Amino acid sequence: MSVPKSPAAPPRTTPRPAGPEGAELALEGALLGHPGGAAPVGPLDLRVAAGEVLAVVGPSGCGKTTLLRTLAGLLPPLSGRVLRDGVPVRGPGADRALVFQHDALLPWRSVRANVELPLAIRGVDRAGRRRAAEEWLDRVGLAGHAAAWPHRLSGGQRQRVQLARALAGRPRAVLMDEPFGALDAHTRTGMQDLLTGILRGSGATVVFVTHDVDEAVHLGDRIALLPSGRVLDVPRPRDRAAHGAPETRALRRLVLDSL
Amino acid sequence: MSAGTSLGRRLVRAGSLAAALGAWQLLTAYDVELWLRFAQFPTVGEVASALADRVGTAAYWQDLGHSLRRIVTGFLLAAVLGVAAGTAIARSRWAADLLGPLVEVVRPVPAIALVPVAILLLPTNEQGIVFITCAAAFFPVLVSTRHAVRALSPVWEEAVLTMGGGRVRVLWSVVLPGALPGVFGGLSVGVGVAWICVISAEMISGEYGVGYRTWQDYTVVDYPGVFVGMATIGALGLLTSTAVEAAGRRVTSWLPHATAGAPVPDAAPPGAPAPRPVPVPEAKAAPDVGTASEAKAAPDAKAVPGEEPAPAAGGHPAAEKESVA
Repeated sequence: MSVPKSPAAPPRTTPRPAGPEGAELALEGALLGHPGGAAPVGPLDLRVAAGEVLAVVGPSGCGKTTLLRTLAGLLPPLSGRVLRDGVPVRGPGADRALVFQHDALLPWRSVRANVELPLAIRGVDRAGRRRAAEEWLDRVGLAGHAAAWPHRLSGGQRQRVQLARALAGRPRAVLMDEPFGALDAHTRTGMQDLLTGILRGSGATVVFVTHDVDEAVHLGDRIALLPSGRVLDVPRPRDRAAHGAPETRALRRLVLDSL
Repeated sequence: MSAGTSLGRRLVRAGSLAAALGAWQLLTAYDVELWLRFAQFPTVGEVASALADRVGTAAYWQDLGHSLRRIVTGFLLAAVLGVAAGTAIARSRWAADLLGPLVEVVRPVPAIALVPVAILLLPTNEQGIVFITCAAAFFPVLVSTRHAVRALSPVWEEAVLTMGGGRVRVLWSVVLPGALPGVFGGLSVGVGVAWICVISAEMISGEYGVGYRTWQDYTVVDYPGVFVGMATIGALGLLTSTAVEAAGRRVTSWLPHATAGAPVPDAAPPGAPAPRPVPVPEAKAAPDVGTASEAKAAPDAKAVPGEEPAPAAGGHPAAEKESVA
């Protein structure tokens, strides 16, 4: 995989527009789950500050995906409230982009047309969305694949397209469901670096589900543990060099013990 | 796939057709009577010369034009109505409750049995034939559309919803394009059934048209003429089903095909380390691969009007189920 080490490195002809301000997301006594489904999660109280990167960690089946779907508005809470900037969430919206765990690219749209979709929904004209889509594809290192059908790409490439599609809509929050779960370790590292580069500049709030504690420590400002709902702070700085640092090791041990 | 057909396979195909014609010519030329009686049967030569005579007349082309106009009108109406009704039934509980039982009651009635209904309802014979053709093609299109829409992975719809899309956007950007492979399965079956019904309706109540002419030839004991009619019907059927197939392939070119091969190599920037290839999960990325080939076989299958086609729309990745964790 050719994930660029730093997406901001190549010189750009167009300066990156200032990102939208991040949204503040909150759960208040929210019980998460499907009506009549398996054991619900919670009630949870959780506050994600504007622009924060929150990693959500927990064992399989603990409700990580349910939490994301609830924040996205695809699944109403069984009880309690879901708030965006203090206003109850009534349904899905363009302000909260969801990056799915499994490939959710529309297979009948080219890679470029997939990335253009959120812009088309927002009513951006043809030339404008094409320009934006190509810029985002360039940023995730897939400028050469704009015209390809999604099935022609590898799994890692498709996840990068999904990321570009989510961010092209300039959401105020990005909800990511183990976006790198299916990728091999090498690709995964590249994707993490790419993500760090893009997200730090975007200003968007990020909620990031993972089952990988190292990934959570590396990417998150804070780490939320499910199903308990406990939240841990991550010491800064968190570059790769800090991985061996005693504080990081202690945090990792703490996360593992808490699970 | 015919683009890549080798010369050898072409020869086999042509040879198969030639052998059948040769057997026909031999059996009829020698008036063979082996339980099956070929004495009255016209020879290939007689049919060919009758065809050559007919092709020179304006009446032949007039009949052909009549039949084509009827089938095109009826089939297009059926396509639009069938896709609309199938989508509505699959997407809306109201539509399913209102239309579902009605459809299931009317569907088993062979379209050709609707001749009395057509005569009673519609002012002209011409409209009656179009009505029957439309009724014949409507049900296969409806049923396969319904299946295709229901088989769509919910993750696509959710993706569009989280981009701020509404119901209309989901319909145009997800439901209709995603259902197309299944819809074209139904259209292929539908166009075959439509031919059966347009010809039958012309035989019963037509003025002009290939079916009418063929029946006329039969009543005046012009057997070579009957065979000219049959050959004409076959050729027209081939033409229309090829057109539907070609249109289907064109609009579903995004489907992964077996011949599509490996994923395109990553455009590695110069100096980047050799990427580790990540294989495409073929099974997951292959919804509806079988549709085209199934659909191709379907019109020849003399499907009963309204018969449910093979679940062509199946096989969508069901892997999204676990997303509720």
